[in-house]
Amino acid sequence: MLLSDVKKGDLVRVLRLGGGSGLEDKLTQHGIYPGDCIRVLREAPMGGPILVDVHGREIALGRGVAKKIFVEDKECE
Amino acid sequence: MRIALIGQPNCGKSTLFNQVAGYKAETGNFTGTTVTFTESSVRVGGETIEVVDLPGTYTLAGTNPAEREASRYLLSEDVDLIINVLDASHVAQGLELTIELLAMKAPVIVAMNMMDEAARIGIKIDGPALQEKLGVPVMPLVASRGRGVKPLFLAALRMGKKKNPDTSNYLKIKENDRMARHRLAGELEREFVKRGDRRVSKRDRLDDFLLHPFWGYIGLIVILYTFFQIVYGLGVLIETPLLAFLETITSQAATYLGEGKLFTEIVIGALQGVIAGLGIVLPYLVPFLLGLGLLEDIGYMSRVAFLMDALMHRIGLHGKAIVPFILGYGCNVPAVMSTRTLDDPKERFVAAALATLVPCAAILSVVFGLVAFYLGPLIALILYLLNIFIIALVGRVLTAMIPEDTPGLILEIPPYRIPTPRTVVQKAWFRIKEFLVEAWPLLIAGSAILALANYFHAADFFNTLFRPITWTLGLPSATGVPLIFGIFRKELSLVMLGQALGSMSFDTVFTSVQMITFTVFVMFYIPCLATLGALRRELGTKDMFSITGLTVVIAMITALLARGVAMIFF
Repeated sequence: MLLSDVKKGDLVRVLRLGGGSGLEDKLTQHGIYPGDCIRVLREAPMGGPILVDVHGREIALGRGVAKKIFVEDKECE
Repeated sequence: MRIALIGQPNCGKSTLFNQVAGYKAETGNFTGTTVTFTESSVRVGGETIEVVDLPGTYTLAGTNPAEREASRYLLSEDVDLIINVLDASHVAQGLELTIELLAMKAPVIVAMNMMDEAARIGIKIDGPALQEKLGVPVMPLVASRGRGVKPLFLAALRMGKKKNPDTSNYLKIKENDRMARHRLAGELEREFVKRGDRRVSKRDRLDDFLLHPFWGYIGLIVILYTFFQIVYGLGVLIETPLLAFLETITSQAATYLGEGKLFTEIVIGALQGVIAGLGIVLPYLVPFLLGLGLLEDIGYMSRVAFLMDALMHRIGLHGKAIVPFILGYGCNVPAVMSTRTLDDPKERFVAAALATLVPCAAILSVVFGLVAFYLGPLIALILYLLNIFIIALVGRVLTAMIPEDTPGLILEIPPYRIPTPRTVVQKAWFRIKEFLVEAWPLLIAGSAILALANYFHAADFFNTLFRPITWTLGLPSATGVPLIFGIFRKELSLVMLGQALGSMSFDTVFTSVQMITFTVFVMFYIPCLATLGALRRELGTKDMFSITGLTVVIAMITALLARGVAMIFF
């Protein structure tokens, strides 16, 4: 499943970061690592970004970025 | 002795710096880049030390210019001590950077900042135990209120003085890759930090409204509208008496030096350049930058980026690039400067090019004085909408022409914070200083040249030179001079136009179609001299010329189109 498909309010575990090492670097800098749990808090309209909770910090991710993050919706607390 | 402050973005590092630094603090550039750091001398315990505020970095192994430069600085310069500022409410993420720092040769002090905020959301940190584990001092800090600042710097002074600092007991890890650092930081947090429950905070309630898919945009419009009202309101309030005062000085200087002499003309020209600078800086730039700094420090600008991301994508940029656009309506110079916060060079180019097309306060005066006054506010509004449409179109074309994969928006949305006036003022001051140093001299030189040309009655020459353009646009030949010299000072376009045409009652010398054509052309063509200076600094000479050429082409095409359409209606 892709992060862009996750419903608002759901908690998911990151499986893999796609989109090349440049994007991977930027995501890990913001605390998004494979194995971590993140929650989708908000969605902007018209294909805008989503807002995710990463260990208590809120990070906005463009839809294009969210499409490159593979997640699963089990084993998160 | 030199102490470097380093920390992740939004950790309150600059607040700490502003608590100790004076207004004499200097910004410098890392050689060959526009990445800046700030340095100041600070008196601590009867001694003077140098404190360097490095740009916020998530990691030393980062890829963006700011991060690369910060780590290079720590490795190369003789830094005697590193103060690593952490946000106490997000210890694990901050510790990832700390673990990297512990591998360096300089001694480290960890400052746990925003202890008050952390306590409020129920976070408890076992400082002494963490200190034991890391092998470096861990000190509590509330930089925004100045609490813990003095003990921190006294400890820094004590540690930094040691000749051969012993870093052997620092926590070092075998595999120093980011996954290992992430895992270790997570373990440290679990061991030493007790988390409170995440509950609905004030922030969530405020964001429920301000980031709402519908109300968020209403809020955005109201907030920005109020912002512009206040800024322009203050601007007009200050501008009129200020300019009147400066005019008096100029005419007195003219009388004193003797009118009609070449020397006098040049001095007066240069003086008018000085005045033009003051006329932009005091009434518009100061309120604008203070207001923007306030919105940034409250945390609202990153929310604007969140809300506007989808729209900005349509023109090939992402949400972070909204700042140059908002700034552009005040003055294009800070707008171009603000593009440096964008990560990608291509994005910086596109954002800067588009920002120069945004009609600034000076062009607003032309639109008001000519179009709104003689043809009605509706036509003026249509021209503004046309401008937005053209910017969007150019954005699409530019992004299609320079293809490069931009990863899209990745931006932390910080909690709302009450800004410290000192930080806001200092930030505005640094931006104004850049305008004064970079753009002002150009204005003064340009004004002197303008006076020189006037003295030698070069008007005919310039009118002939510009005739191909004015002829194509169906404008009187005499508009050549105001158009050329409008580049030096756009706010004078209207005055110069009046002088050139011999009347300030423009409806007697201009047809309605000519008014519209002229205004549209002025809206888009060549950025003013000060903006050109900013473009050269941020992007280099080549890009400055490309953008200038681009604006001429856009101005010609849109002015011709506007002329065609206007001829149908008038």
